[in-house]
Amino acid sequence: MDWEVMMSYFPLYREALLLTVRIGWQGVFLALIIGVLCAVAIHLKLPVLRQVTGVYIELFRNTPLLVQLFFLYFALPKIGIRISAQACGCLGLGLLGGAYMAETFRSGLENIAPIQAESAQSLGLNRVQAFRYVILPQAVSSSVPGLLANVIFLLKETSVFSTISLMDLMFTAKDLIGMYAKTMECLTLLVIFYLIMLLPVSILGSFVERRLRHAEFGN
Amino acid sequence: MLNLGIDVLFKGTNFLRLLGGLWIAVRISLISVMISIIAGLVMGMLMTSPNVVLKIFFRTYLEIVRIMPQMVLLFIVYFGTTRVFGWDLSAEYAAVIVFSFWGAAEMGDLVRGALISIPGIQYESAQALGMTRPQMYLYVILPQTVRRLIPLSINLITRMIKTTSLVMMIGIVEVLKVAQQIIEANRRTSPNAAFGVFAVVFLLYFLICWPVSRLAGYLEKRWS
Repeated sequence: MDWEVMMSYFPLYREALLLTVRIGWQGVFLALIIGVLCAVAIHLKLPVLRQVTGVYIELFRNTPLLVQLFFLYFALPKIGIRISAQACGCLGLGLLGGAYMAETFRSGLENIAPIQAESAQSLGLNRVQAFRYVILPQAVSSSVPGLLANVIFLLKETSVFSTISLMDLMFTAKDLIGMYAKTMECLTLLVIFYLIMLLPVSILGSFVERRLRHAEFGN
Repeated sequence: MLNLGIDVLFKGTNFLRLLGGLWIAVRISLISVMISIIAGLVMGMLMTSPNVVLKIFFRTYLEIVRIMPQMVLLFIVYFGTTRVFGWDLSAEYAAVIVFSFWGAAEMGDLVRGALISIPGIQYESAQALGMTRPQMYLYVILPQTVRRLIPLSINLITRMIKTTSLVMMIGIVEVLKVAQQIIEANRRTSPNAAFGVFAVVFLLYFLICWPVSRLAGYLEKRWS
């Protein structure tokens, strides 16, 4: 191990981390929005939209992010849709994550006892109100552990961004290994930086899970 | 009408090459899944043991697997260990090692969850009948967990197949790499081939993973 080399690479990795985190969180945010919309469409049994989201979820849950990114980045320009690499990463992560988040929200919605909806109705709330004020808040809080697991999964998946020439952590490591052949130093830094990015989320996840187990609704 | 380059796939043996590439990815994942299931069963049993050292060991192992992207693990094994220990490791072996390492942790955690869900009286009854620990697991506990585990292991197969698309990054010529080669080779005659070929790759992955995950979902619903 050459500490001086590692210190000199440090700023490059820091830049890469910032880029990875930025695109990662934009992707996660997009995934949350898509996920909620899809789950609502399926739960309320909206015609047509329900079938469309069903196909979307199956399609994106059963293909690797790498293939999705290749399709967005290399294939779509051929039919005239040009997206920048960053937007591609963000969109790809959002679409992949959206499918997973939708499943998580949906099972959260399904797990709510029917008596909740019935009680809301007997209190005179209409369907939209019941959904907005009674069902949704409970579903969101009961699916939080699943959501955090998805967030970790998505942030891990950002490692494939290097294939569409985004200068993320993986790209930086590969590039530096290729140029200076300091394999051990580069890989050690890579591990350290992924830990910096993901350990806090992982710790938060297990903390939240423990808290929620004590604060379940309805019992 | 825009030529989208699907025809490129039917030139020569291009489509067969693509399928061959897919098979390489699927083969790596099937081998890794088999190793993971066997290792996972053993590890799941060890994880339920009250031994503190074992507990800390498995906790760390699980956390490493959960946090490190598989791509990083691939790089560490393929570029890192070969450099440090000076051995010669083919990319495919490196991939199998990494995916088994990852799969065994996932499987071990699933097995642990399934074992915990078995009521304590089953263990106590087995012990009361004078069974040794291995007998107890083999004849009483494991048969009961199998129903819960089969759908989850099938799910692991689809996740494994999806993750093996990463092996392209350590130089294995699998389906995506073949797709790139086909596109490059036909750049002049069919400049839009990227659309057709990548769309087909997308569909191929879907056609492999979708039936498998449907099967898992079906079994899960039926056996629950």
